[in-house]
Amino acid sequence: MNIVVTVKQVPDTWAEKKLDPSDMTTDRATVDNVLNEMDEYGVEEALLLKEAHGGEVTAVTMGPDKAVEAVRKALQMGADKGVHLCDASLHGSDALQTASALAKVIAPLNPDVVIVSSEASDARGGVVGALLAEYLGLPQLTLARKVTADPGGGTVTIERQTDNGYATVLGKLPVVVGVIEKINEPRYPSFKGIMAAKKKPLVTMTAADAGIDPGSAGPSGAYSEVDEAQPRPPKAAGQVVKDEGDGGAKLAAFLADQKLV
Amino acid sequence: MPAERVLPTAEARDLIALTSEIADKELAPRAAQYEADARFPREVFRLLGEAGLLSLPYPEEFGGSAQPYEVYLQVLEEIAARWASIAIGVSVHSMSSYPLAAFGSRAQQEQLLPDMLSGRLLGAYCLSEPHAGSDPGAMITQAIDRGGEYVLSGTKAWVTHGGQADFYTVFARTSESRTEGISCFLVDGAMPGLSFGAPEHKMGLTGSPTTIVNFDDVLVGSDRLTGSVGRGFAIAMSALDSGRLGVAACAVGLAQAALDYAVSYAKERHQFGKPIIDHQGLGFLLADMAAGVESARATMLEAARRRDRGLPFSRQASIAKLVATDAAMRVTTDAVQVLGGYGYTRDYPVERYMREAKVMQIFEGTNQIQRMVIGRHLARD
Ligand SMILES: Cc1cc2nc3c(=O)[nH]c(=O)nc-3n(C[C@H](O)[C@H](O)[C@H](O)COP(=O)(O)OP(=O)(O)OC[C@H]3O[C@@H](n4cnc5c(N)ncnc54)[C@H](O)[C@@H]3O)c2cc1C
Repeated sequence: MNIVVTVKQVPDTWAEKKLDPSDMTTDRATVDNVLNEMDEYGVEEALLLKEAHGGEVTAVTMGPDKAVEAVRKALQMGADKGVHLCDASLHGSDALQTASALAKVIAPLNPDVVIVSSEASDARGGVVGALLAEYLGLPQLTLARKVTADPGGGTVTIERQTDNGYATVLGKLPVVVGVIEKINEPRYPSFKGIMAAKKKPLVTMTAADAGIDPGSAGPSGAYSEVDEAQPRPPKAAGQVVKDEGDGGAKLAAFLADQKLV
Repeated sequence: MPAERVLPTAEARDLIALTSEIADKELAPRAAQYEADARFPREVFRLLGEAGLLSLPYPEEFGGSAQPYEVYLQVLEEIAARWASIAIGVSVHSMSSYPLAAFGSRAQQEQLLPDMLSGRLLGAYCLSEPHAGSDPGAMITQAIDRGGEYVLSGTKAWVTHGGQADFYTVFARTSESRTEGISCFLVDGAMPGLSFGAPEHKMGLTGSPTTIVNFDDVLVGSDRLTGSVGRGFAIAMSALDSGRLGVAACAVGLAQAALDYAVSYAKERHQFGKPIIDHQGLGFLLADMAAGVESARATMLEAARRRDRGLPFSRQASIAKLVATDAAMRVTTDAVQVLGGYGYTRDYPVERYMREAKVMQIFEGTNQIQRMVIGRHLARD
């Protein structure tokens, strides 16, 4: 199977995230950046599919120079090839532009399955997967907590997580599959994997290479705009309930007040 | 502030980064609880094996990564900084594999080494006996040659991974001669006649089981004799030279963890209106701790580089073990001091570090024995 997995480099989950005040885009320069944790599940699932059915895994990212580290991590885990779409004109792209650009890179790879995770921990829009499927003109199976492929029959079946259980959904190849954290336990790279990754093909593409119209790229061509941003207000001090024999009643009243019971 | 390392290659930097990632995610979060419960995390060794961290200094043809000791020891340090029991376990496993890798026959190496180095099999090292600790030449465990096989009988003491290991590198007497009458065997952990005492109730390293191992007429094929008959004592001493570097690395890693904890605490904790690190008396204590850690690391790496270049390093290995474990004892004790009363409680990790440091001055040759080795080299060389 020809499998593509999308990966993204994000500011370290535990780092304080900031916007660059000049253009309201995520500040990636002053923090440690790592592979989006959710994408590790995507990479793992792609590798499991390859191990079960043969084929090849290509990790694709769009981002600044440093973002190539996310692809490298996927290669270290076991992906076969990497593609890094990197162009200053793409800086400040919104979700629609990002998905459209990724589609331009992914479509020529003719994938059977495109694996995306449900969201990246920086912007947390959670829509790029769906938009990508739309731009690729492929069906999308979302919230997969289990994926079974039948390349011979040309189908993929997933267990789709629902609020109170799961639904079994079948899709025809080629297909975009969105996975959730429950799906697997991502592997660590091995030292040998790290060594091997250095020799794997990793292509860097510009927007022009990918056939992206320069007029549509960047903030000027964006469909959405960030007007203003506020840091989360500091946590207010908790409310102390003093027990004067009526502690239980007071707590119950508090919970009822908050509509928690 | 974690250790700032000067590493020889990009490969080594990747290796340290991989080790830190696994150690942060898989070791650090479990260490305190497993130590409190005296639980041995066998699965952690499988994970480290899969990542390739159990075979670093060994040749690539047997699944190793042919890394120099200079790099391997710094990996051990990173592991020890998160969980000393695991680092000691890695060092002991590595030392248990060493006799076969260095003195075994080609056939033995091809058959056994890959599974040992991948961590599919866990190793233990049986040299000490209840009455023969510092003086292993006084051992009485016997291996009687029955033509084609040996029969082992006797009791080994203080065996790290006792009862948990899949293979035991065992030194036993094949003739009377004090040092020339000892031979080295590789014994399968499932052999009939092999039995284990209950884990010792130790002061620290409780996540690492240490037991008596009894040999009641255990049959061992002659194909499991490592090196020639009578070579065992020399093999054991050679393994210990490398093993002592491993212990030095564990000590440096542990001391670094204690220093890092103490420094960050001292920046947060205020007394007399300012952070305690800004009181000169305490700042100097921390400075001495840092000097202890960094000089211990330098001493250890110097010995490692000699080994990597094929130079004699036995004296330097003993010096490194002595300097690093004494530094770890002092630094961890001072870390408790930095935290004051809080440091003395089990709510903070530094009292555990202090208990863990103590044993490093004792095993793989007490620090008195290291001085004896160093003194003998000075008299002889
Ligand atoms: C947690 C733990 C794990 C261990 N793991 C292993 C293992 O995996 N495999 C293994 O084979 N062994 C292992 N050991 C054993 C360890 O190597 C011995 O405990 C150590 O060599 C000391 O021996 P001993 O305990 O018999 O002390 P002794 O030899 O009785 O020493 C007692 C004291 O006398 C001092 N002393 C002895 N001789 C001299 C001398 N000539 N000059 C000056 N002072 C001297 C010693 O320094 C020490 O202070 C382990 C021990 C511990 C505690």
